[in-house]
Amino acid sequence: MSETLHAVSVEVNGRPRSARVPARLSLVDWLREDLFLTGTHVGCEHGICGACSVMLDGQPVRACLMYVVQAHGHRVTTVEGLAKPDGSMSVLQDSFCETHGLQCGYCTPGMLIATQALLNSNPDPTEAQIRDAIGGNLCRCTGYQQIVEAVQLAAERMAKEAK
Amino acid sequence: MLATHGESAKLLAGGQSLVPMMAMRLVRPGWLVDINEIAVLKFVAVEKDVARTGACTRQCVVERDEALAARVPLLRQALKWVGHIQTRNRGTVGGSLAHADPCAELPLVAQVLGARMLLRSAKGARTLEAEKFFSGPMATSARPDECLEEIHWPAWSWRRTGSAFTEISVRHGDFAMVSAAAQVAIDGDGRCVRAAFGVGGAGGTPLAFPKIAARLVGTRLDDAAVSDAAHAAAAETQPGSDLHASAEYRRHLAGVLAARALREARERARSL
Repeated sequence: MSETLHAVSVEVNGRPRSARVPARLSLVDWLREDLFLTGTHVGCEHGICGACSVMLDGQPVRACLMYVVQAHGHRVTTVEGLAKPDGSMSVLQDSFCETHGLQCGYCTPGMLIATQALLNSNPDPTEAQIRDAIGGNLCRCTGYQQIVEAVQLAAERMAKEAK
Repeated sequence: MLATHGESAKLLAGGQSLVPMMAMRLVRPGWLVDINEIAVLKFVAVEKDVARTGACTRQCVVERDEALAARVPLLRQALKWVGHIQTRNRGTVGGSLAHADPCAELPLVAQVLGARMLLRSAKGARTLEAEKFFSGPMATSARPDECLEEIHWPAWSWRRTGSAFTEISVRHGDFAMVSAAAQVAIDGDGRCVRAAFGVGGAGGTPLAFPKIAARLVGTRLDDAAVSDAAHAAAAETQPGSDLHASAEYRRHLAGVLAARALREARERARSL
């Protein structure tokens, strides 16, 4: 059975992308399997784990709970879009390495998206605000403490850079 | 679409409940009607005695709206318990109400405040009170061809009005085992002029207790009066049992949390 295909135009990491997709294709599957942006992870596929978090128009959302057709005309930022233009790691990504804010790495893309979105709107978050921002992201390795430290370190570094 | 396809069509709002249910094959709609790009379903309008929200207004928008928080504070208080940032960025007010999970926060607020739902079909519009709208677990009285268009939240005009929302869940952001919401208004002497409260997760729909709340009017909302009302309400609940909580424990929580919400609401009213 051939499915009806729908034309979509989505800005992904600053680059306009067009495709013809079936209505049932989830945003995360499109990013990974058609655009080969495999940084975004697929965890639970029903909106619990947060591994698939991406930014939609700058706000973190779950890419497993959206269909590509719904992203038509919107901006999507994946973990690949967080790195600096030369491909080197962002301040936040670097801070995750520094504080050992990851172990197996499965949750890391989602954690980075959630915490970068936090820092974008709140450059100097409290520990409680950081914990609230990652409340929708499960990590089974770190116990979260080093992730909180990574965000605190990134906030400090970004404040210094801004001076 | 709804008129043509009836039961086999489902409206897709934020998709934070429906899409997981589809992922688990608990529902298999023949047609999904995406309402996310319909601009007229997204607004917040605060008027004299009522605040209106479009059904497809995102939860994060409602949470951040200062004018709304000033007139219907219970909404922001409840949204603090709803899911996580990622889900509130997509999840909608109307979607949560139409999904009608008896443990969910927004349906309880609607029930306690007596919100009115504006439903529209190709044939016309009608308004239903929350009490009539919620008909059972995950069930509403909206007909298959109707779309929830607006929600009208009553705004109390007493200057000293306080409200509170509380719940117990396994983890913050999960569905509540039991939740409670309360709103009270007091006069200059501290006497209650109006009270409303209810509990979620303790029956097939969120429950409000207008008759028991009416008994609080005229009292000073002292701890004993509050406790009596909360326990009278808990005695009326018929919760179910599951892996996480027995019916007996849920009924116990209903009384404890209703009293807690009423006391917090009272303290907020007194501080004004």
